[in-house]
Amino acid sequence: MLLAPALDACDVRFATTDAAMAVRHGKEGAAILPDCNQNTPVSAAKCSFVAMFLVFRSRLDIVISTGAAPGFLCILWGRITGARTLWIDSIANAEDLLMCGKLSKRLAHECLTQWEHLSKEPQPKFRGAIL
Amino acid sequence: MGAFEQRAATQISRGYFVILVTVGMQLGFDRLIEALDHIASTLEHEVIAQSGNGKYVAQNMEQHSSIVPHEFEGLISSADLIVSHAGIGSVLTAARHGIPIVLFPRRADMGEHRNDNQLATCRQLQGRPGIHMAFDEAELRKTITFALSNELVQNAPPKGETGLQYAVRKFGESGRL
Repeated sequence: MLLAPALDACDVRFATTDAAMAVRHGKEGAAILPDCNQNTPVSAAKCSFVAMFLVFRSRLDIVISTGAAPGFLCILWGRITGARTLWIDSIANAEDLLMCGKLSKRLAHECLTQWEHLSKEPQPKFRGAIL
Repeated sequence: MGAFEQRAATQISRGYFVILVTVGMQLGFDRLIEALDHIASTLEHEVIAQSGNGKYVAQNMEQHSSIVPHEFEGLISSADLIVSHAGIGSVLTAARHGIPIVLFPRRADMGEHRNDNQLATCRQLQGRPGIHMAFDEAELRKTITFALSNELVQNAPPKGETGLQYAVRKFGESGRL
């Protein structure tokens, strides 16, 4: 949500796994994705399905994810529908990118880390951090 | 307007200093809550604690095991200082509101977390503006006193656009970094 103001000029559709969080940040219209991770294949399949509908229906030009498996699935479907995709790895990952971050280095058009020492050529790049 | 929001408005009009304590929504963190309770007894400031599933019952501050996210948001916007376990979520919340934060990391050897990732978070964030750390009650008392003498408020994080926000704005407009 620290990055949301940067997209004020765009028509933005928010998606989250936590409806209460969406309300907290004044994004009542946010799409809700089932939470999942690499250890919950059934939830991952469900989430992938919901993400597919969301991405197809929203006709997105750009998909930006700030992390985790549900965001990764949106990047995946975004890529398939021809959107430009950006993965921003969490600032919590100071030691290494998590699995989705690693996959996103190849899948997303651009991948950003928030730690300069983790940046590499060609991906992930470093363009600063939210703090 | 919820109860918290109403009270937040009253506090602002009275010019209180509010210290908001949070330990995250899951695990309790009695060491922090107890230390804060001791410190709160010597402060004139209102201290409100969100204490998770802890056992300690505070005597000198208001305590809630959990606070609904949107009420929490209202409470934060009226806080002058946040004291928190060293969870990245709390750090980001403080940064979003431009409020200084004091981090008190959970320790695995005291059974407060599965691992010492909160100590790692503290190491990584050391020296960032508006972010301060304390590792025991004595340090916590000192850091909070320092904060309430207004020095922390002056060091609150800047509110301008960060490099990352600029990159995201550009990507939103052009699809390129």
